[in-house]
Amino acid sequence: MNLHELTAHELLDLIKAKKTSSQDVYAAVKKQIQAKEPQVHAYVRVNENAPMSSPPKADFPIPIAIKDNMCIKGQETTCASAILKGFKPPYDATVVKKIKQSGGMILGNANMDEFAFGSSTENSHFGVTRNPWNLACVPGGSSGGSAAAVAAHEAIWALGSDTGGSIRQPAAFCGVVGLKPTYGRVSRYGLIAFASSLDQIGPITKDVHDAALLLKMIAGYDPMDSTSVDVPVPDYTRSLVNNVKNLKIGIPKEYFIEGIDPQVKQSLEKAIDVFKQCGAQFQQISLPHTEYAIATYYITATAEASSNLARYDGVRFGLREIPGQTRKSPLIDMFEETRDKGFGAEAKRRIMLGTYSLSAGYYDDYYLRGLKVRTLIKEDFDNAFHQCDAILTPTAPTTAFKIGEKVSNPLDMYLSDIFTISVNLAGLPAMSLPCGFSREGLPIGLQIITKPFAEEMLFRVAYTYEQNTDWHQRKAPIQ
Amino acid sequence: MRPSISIEFEPVIGLEVHLQLNTKTKIFCGCANTFGREPNSHTCPVCLGLPGTLPVLNKKALEYAIKIALALHCEVNPLIKFDRKNYYYPDLPKGYQISQYDLPIAQHGLLVISSGGQAKKIRIRRGHLEEDAGKLIHDDSLGCSLVDYNRTGTPLMEIVTEPDLHSSQEAYDYLHILKLTLQYLDVSDCDMEKGSLRCDANVSLREKGSTTLGTKTELKNMNSFKAVKTALDFEIRRHQEVLQNGERVVQETRLWNETKGTTFSMRSKEEAHDYRYFPEPDLVPFVVDKKMIDAARQTLPEMPDVKLQRLIRDYQIPDYDAGILIQDPALADFFEQCAKANKGIESKKICNWIQGALLQELNARKKSVTTISLTVQNFTDLILKVENGALSNLAGKDVLKYIIDSGKSVDAVIQEKGLAQVSDDQTLDGIVENVIKENEKVVQQVKEGKASAIGFLVGQAMKKTEGKANPKKIGDLFRRRLLNE
Repeated sequence: MNLHELTAHELLDLIKAKKTSSQDVYAAVKKQIQAKEPQVHAYVRVNENAPMSSPPKADFPIPIAIKDNMCIKGQETTCASAILKGFKPPYDATVVKKIKQSGGMILGNANMDEFAFGSSTENSHFGVTRNPWNLACVPGGSSGGSAAAVAAHEAIWALGSDTGGSIRQPAAFCGVVGLKPTYGRVSRYGLIAFASSLDQIGPITKDVHDAALLLKMIAGYDPMDSTSVDVPVPDYTRSLVNNVKNLKIGIPKEYFIEGIDPQVKQSLEKAIDVFKQCGAQFQQISLPHTEYAIATYYITATAEASSNLARYDGVRFGLREIPGQTRKSPLIDMFEETRDKGFGAEAKRRIMLGTYSLSAGYYDDYYLRGLKVRTLIKEDFDNAFHQCDAILTPTAPTTAFKIGEKVSNPLDMYLSDIFTISVNLAGLPAMSLPCGFSREGLPIGLQIITKPFAEEMLFRVAYTYEQNTDWHQRKAPIQ
Repeated sequence: MRPSISIEFEPVIGLEVHLQLNTKTKIFCGCANTFGREPNSHTCPVCLGLPGTLPVLNKKALEYAIKIALALHCEVNPLIKFDRKNYYYPDLPKGYQISQYDLPIAQHGLLVISSGGQAKKIRIRRGHLEEDAGKLIHDDSLGCSLVDYNRTGTPLMEIVTEPDLHSSQEAYDYLHILKLTLQYLDVSDCDMEKGSLRCDANVSLREKGSTTLGTKTELKNMNSFKAVKTALDFEIRRHQEVLQNGERVVQETRLWNETKGTTFSMRSKEEAHDYRYFPEPDLVPFVVDKKMIDAARQTLPEMPDVKLQRLIRDYQIPDYDAGILIQDPALADFFEQCAKANKGIESKKICNWIQGALLQELNARKKSVTTISLTVQNFTDLILKVENGALSNLAGKDVLKYIIDSGKSVDAVIQEKGLAQVSDDQTLDGIVENVIKENEKVVQQVKEGKASAIGFLVGQAMKKTEGKANPKKIGDLFRRRLLNE
């Protein structure tokens, strides 16, 4: 029995039945990390000092990978950026605290695009993560390390964060399940901010059941996060029912764009057939403002990011660079040199974009208009959910692309989030789960979207699909 | 020589006051909100702006802000939000200050000032909540700058007037009544020296009678109300000279230099920051409902202007006396309690004792009436004793000193110190006789008709009794003996 290849719920059953122990599970995963990490590079740093077992009565004694943008007390947390090198948070993020309390063993900080800026994990200061299904390909991003770790069985499950698709797109690329909860469902306290009004932490798991367990563990109101919402957290495992009979599922006509990979389209059509056989009803819906989503997203997200990243100035933590020669003033020189040396190209690009759109004279045309369009996009979904219980789309227009393929064309890279971005703008929950493979053997992802705080519906639809397919059981062929 | 143009100018002044609220904790985290502690001892990941941290609004700060809004007759916005004001400085840990931009807590208020004996309404444009920054300390001996983040996150209320003030005196009077109002609310120490109240001034000049505004300059770095006044005087004169020379005032921010008594340019309009305000996404918009406003209204104390009128009406005391009492609400309360003690003492007499002896003692001790152990009972006993002639005025003041320090009763102190007034005729007669013998010259003057010289003799007699003699009786005795009255 390869313990590291099992899901969390399978392991929990075994541990409960005393057929294995948290220590054995931890050891198996550690061994896998040692074997595969040189090829995959899912981690920015592997935690060598983690407890190697859980207390006997722990609820979830499962080894977990944490994206490198969630603060772990006393343990270097860097957002995969040079500017945060050496930063050891003096506190635990709320999700990390919850994981520790439930007996989770933190394996290390999973790789990511610097500050979650990217869709390929190529923007990491610490080097790219490789897709376990094809090492020449990207794992997606920005939570590429978390998704690759789960797909390569270097973690039983993982936490990612999703600002415009950063959980769902890498989950799709790596053939695993990725869930972005409703905005406000999971506390952001301790999540190093990219775009505060869009960021949300969520699980990346091997199947839907695990996603239900992990979400239950991390969800809930947090007095430390004013944007978290005080709505009771249901037991999501109760929603794991194989039944979508008479559910209405909407297919947005605007999502079948040019440039969508025919194999992705085909997989989605086959998925629709599966749902139909299970008794679901389909109807075309319209999300008319879809075409403005990417522009709106890049204005809103970069504006917030430009402000969120202002604190990296060399004064209090992380990198501090002082030029040899005084240029303007010792203070300005330190700010400029630190930020010049500390931020990568994409971070600088986004800071400049965001600074521009917030500037006097441009605010109304960009940021303010972005807010208005955002409201329209949200209304699109509100209207759609009058007609259907869930919306089905591809997670990404293509399968995982080659490393280096889109690096020189940021706009092309931005398009890989086209199906996921609107969901963040509208604050909705959405899940990506495996729905097939390309001829090249790369996973394809299916996205399910529901109303705010309707994660239970999400689990029900996803679980039904999973029970009637076996995509999730395929294992990545890393040599 | 340039012909002197004699145009009469009118200054137009608007003030921005930053007020530190004295909540127990900071505005967005649970750190203690205190002054003067070990640098960086009152900090946490949130107020240090560490990555991943989020602000949570202190409801008390909001409550205080609503109280201030109500006291200044402002409209309280039913929906408020916070915004980020972005700029880089080492004392600003997040690289932005959480402030309020277009939906401030308070708008359209007014404060009535009394300037030169005339009441005048000063409109309040807005009042908003924000967080204070830290403090930079430049240490030349170390050759570097240090930063203390204890102050970071202290709740601030910024109170902005319309340009309704037209002289430095009016500005001074506005600050005075604003401070008094805020002290009544007990929402701030209002101490300019400690920086719990800070004031910037915008000033421009225009031709008298004109309604358009001239080019303004903004003045910063005034550390007292007096400094605000002198800085404004300086700046008004400077504008006047510039304009009379036919030149233009440059729009800029200027710093007041207290020692030199001048203002100097800090930055021009072109160098002004673009703060890139945008809604703070980490804090959701907040609904201020009627319930909150009503609750705040119920905690409002009587405001100084209302108290003034009531004291004059209810206790029949002069305007001037009431004006002094309202400067310190605790003192006014103390007065009222004494007046209500119903011992048959005239209210005006109580006022005299408070304004004279009591204030003198309080000032000497740098204490307030609430921080000394003086009871209403003791104080009114004392006044009564003096009124009845059991104590001389002088001895009364002595007794006051003792009872403040010891908390003992008036009787106990009188006995202990042997301060009871000597009123028995036999003893006094003997003293008077001695004084007459020792001051033949003066006695002669009195007999020749210089009645006022009796005062000197009384003084001599008082000296002999160490102030214990009843001066009225002594005077009578002298008059009887020397003038056969």
